[in-house]
Amino acid sequence: MAATVTSTERIIDTTVGGGPRPRGGNGFPKNGGAKHGEGGESMRFSPERYRIGVWVAIASILMLFVALTSAYIVRSASGNDWQPIVMPKVLWVSTALILISSMTMEVSRRSLKQQSEAGYGRWLMITVALGLGFLASQVFAWRQLVRQGAYLASNPYNSFFYLFTAAHGLHLLGGILALGYLLLRTTGKRGTVENELRRVGAADAATIYWHFMDGLWVALFLLLFFWK
Amino acid sequence: MAEATHEVHRHPAPTGFIRKYIFSLDHKVIGIQYILLALTAVVVGLIMSVLMRMNLSWPGTSWPIMGTLFPTGAPGGIMTPEFYLSLVTMHGTIMVFFVLTTAPQGGFGNYFLPIQIGADDMAFPVLNMMSFWVTFVGFIVILLAIVAEGNLTVGAWFSKLGVIWEAGSGTVGPIGGWTGYPPLSALGKIAGPGQGAGMNLWIISIAIFCVGSLLGALNFITTLLNMRTKGMTLMRMPLTCWAWFTTAILALLSFPVLLGGGILLLLDRIAGTSFFIPGGLYVSGSTVPLHNGGSPLLWQHLFWFFGHPEVYIAILPGMGATSHILSTFARKPIFGYRAMVFAIFAIGMLGFFVWGHHMFISGMSPYSAIAFSVLTLSIGVPSAIKTFNWLGTLWGAKIRFTTPMLFAIGFVSLFVAGGITGLVLGQTSLDFFFHDTYFVTAHFHLVMGVASIFGMFAATYFWFPKMFGRMMSESLGKFHFWVTFIGVYAIFVPFHAMGMVGMPRRYAQFGEYEFLKNTHGLVKFVTVAAIITAAVQLVFYFNLFWSMFKGKKASDNPWEATTLEWTTATPPPHDNFAGVAPEVHHGPYEFSVPGAPKDFIMQTEPAGAEIGAGLGEASGNGGNGHKH
Repeated sequence: MAATVTSTERIIDTTVGGGPRPRGGNGFPKNGGAKHGEGGESMRFSPERYRIGVWVAIASILMLFVALTSAYIVRSASGNDWQPIVMPKVLWVSTALILISSMTMEVSRRSLKQQSEAGYGRWLMITVALGLGFLASQVFAWRQLVRQGAYLASNPYNSFFYLFTAAHGLHLLGGILALGYLLLRTTGKRGTVENELRRVGAADAATIYWHFMDGLWVALFLLLFFWK
Repeated sequence: MAEATHEVHRHPAPTGFIRKYIFSLDHKVIGIQYILLALTAVVVGLIMSVLMRMNLSWPGTSWPIMGTLFPTGAPGGIMTPEFYLSLVTMHGTIMVFFVLTTAPQGGFGNYFLPIQIGADDMAFPVLNMMSFWVTFVGFIVILLAIVAEGNLTVGAWFSKLGVIWEAGSGTVGPIGGWTGYPPLSALGKIAGPGQGAGMNLWIISIAIFCVGSLLGALNFITTLLNMRTKGMTLMRMPLTCWAWFTTAILALLSFPVLLGGGILLLLDRIAGTSFFIPGGLYVSGSTVPLHNGGSPLLWQHLFWFFGHPEVYIAILPGMGATSHILSTFARKPIFGYRAMVFAIFAIGMLGFFVWGHHMFISGMSPYSAIAFSVLTLSIGVPSAIKTFNWLGTLWGAKIRFTTPMLFAIGFVSLFVAGGITGLVLGQTSLDFFFHDTYFVTAHFHLVMGVASIFGMFAATYFWFPKMFGRMMSESLGKFHFWVTFIGVYAIFVPFHAMGMVGMPRRYAQFGEYEFLKNTHGLVKFVTVAAIITAAVQLVFYFNLFWSMFKGKKASDNPWEATTLEWTTATPPPHDNFAGVAPEVHHGPYEFSVPGAPKDFIMQTEPAGAEIGAGLGEASGNGGNGHKH
């Protein structure tokens, strides 16, 4: 079935069908009374839910970072102990890595849409590698700061720096796990139409999430080092 | 080929005990799990409130059993002030989070939202299961917080984890209040008893709870947007669904803020940061070292940005259930359906812009205070719309006074009685006097606590027949209603008077205050009312579990209601509609439609049924004797 997956819209077109619905069956005589060719829609799986779900999740994650950002802004003005650190240069590498990973993720998603399983898997793998590279680079930045004696509690700015990078890193790790799950699904036998729809929907959702993680990092990067 | 995909159920009915009843993916089982969690938590919270009343009325009295259970918190059975404060904290925390947030949304919402929109389950069943079990872990951690501080053995075990986990101070858990205000809550053991490991566990429990609620909210929103059955347009949804949807949006946007605040507070406690701890703080006879520049007010902003939407998270599902039940038993369409939808949404959205009214006395600029005040009072407009529409629904109706209807009317009464004082407290000048008095306690207990609980009682009596296939006892239910209804007014009306004479909240004893001498009789009266009201809840518990096994058998639609849950079998099959997607042709509240053969039209009835004849005999499952 995999070869037939060109886009989710196409599949919906081919699977929405008429046909008489079974009547009754649930103890209520009128319930099965939908007219010929109608009804049955909710029992059909719609991949749209993955996209809705990921946008809703993004709204929630965004609120977490909005809360922390407002705390950052308030705290920066509430004491005289605010001392921004000099940016570790390796953060430029992090930023470059995550920007590129967003592009490879997009290539991967488009490969799936164009029925190129091999391309999909390959670019997915590259994205995972770039994501891990980003995390490694972040940890490297932390180690650099620790060597300079800039710890979590030494300064409120430091506290926020570690907090933001850790919170973002954890969420990105979640994204990497999701990509790993997609990778696992690329091998093995192809399932039913519904399973294929699920796969496309999940890939779309993961891509949206990945772009969000990318944008979120850029926003945090600007906030931490270029704001004020 | 189309047929094949239609008939695929996303997960077949499980057979093993563990998959069926413990780690179930079925939204109905998860809903019942949430309700059972709330039924457990509410007992803990209720016992604590009775203990508080006993301490206030008869201070210094020895209760031997307390001395045995909490040898340091209540030495010789006499409760210490710290013990009282920890009761206040845990009563508030358990009630707000594990009762008022779990049962209305996670419980009834989980069970009935998918059925009412004609879906076969939630959008993400695995997430749904996780959201319950994460919440359950949160509840275990909050119980652990009580034991860690209250029990010396467990406390000693925690103390081995290091200085910041020192526990066993002999209170009954953390004493930071349900609002956990820093700086005291951010300092650790140095701030006094109940601020050690118990407080860490309190924060961790709340953080876990946030995650569970977020998973639930994600699921609710996606399910409602994606899985409505054919014909179930947004404006044909029952008002319950609108309420659960709005609640989910509130939870989705407010819990992350609490989570963020909780992380900062925990870091202040265990990692030595100074988000909320100002410099030069003098606590317990010494200056707090190593902290500088933090802002305790920052926590208040973060907390109340969550805290105010939270009170709507508690009450909106009750409003939805009340609208639904009033319309059903008034046998009239809900008055102003559209206005009700917009009012629910308006209340929810305005709730995000009024958090400052909890902070009027925090020294905020009078200009911001006025802005918060005006926004707060403006919530009165949608609230009044809802109230008048409820009254409009009842106006001239042939009301069937069943138990769920009584509780729904009780909800309206309590919402008005408690809401009206919101207009008093929302004004800065009046709040300066009333802040932190019993007047506030009266306000939020009536409007957010008791009204929400009445909504849940109404929902329980209303949906019990669908959930368990049996009716709850009407006579026990009515007895439960009248005693509870009179009882809660007897408890909370005097609170207003106490607040007006200036009785402060959270004080363990009032004996030495000359200006409160006249209130002693009132305090004792409230305590007696509280004990009676608490005791009568045993009738509810008995009715609930007795009816589950011995209640009168219920038909599929005992209340002659119109929405989708009443079209399916009782209890509903694993995928709710036995593989058939219902099709909706009507709005949710088509009662007493002129020209229709019956006084109600099911949502699934074909269009035009109200003028067509001969449909009456096709639906032979209405009316099993609940006409009055």
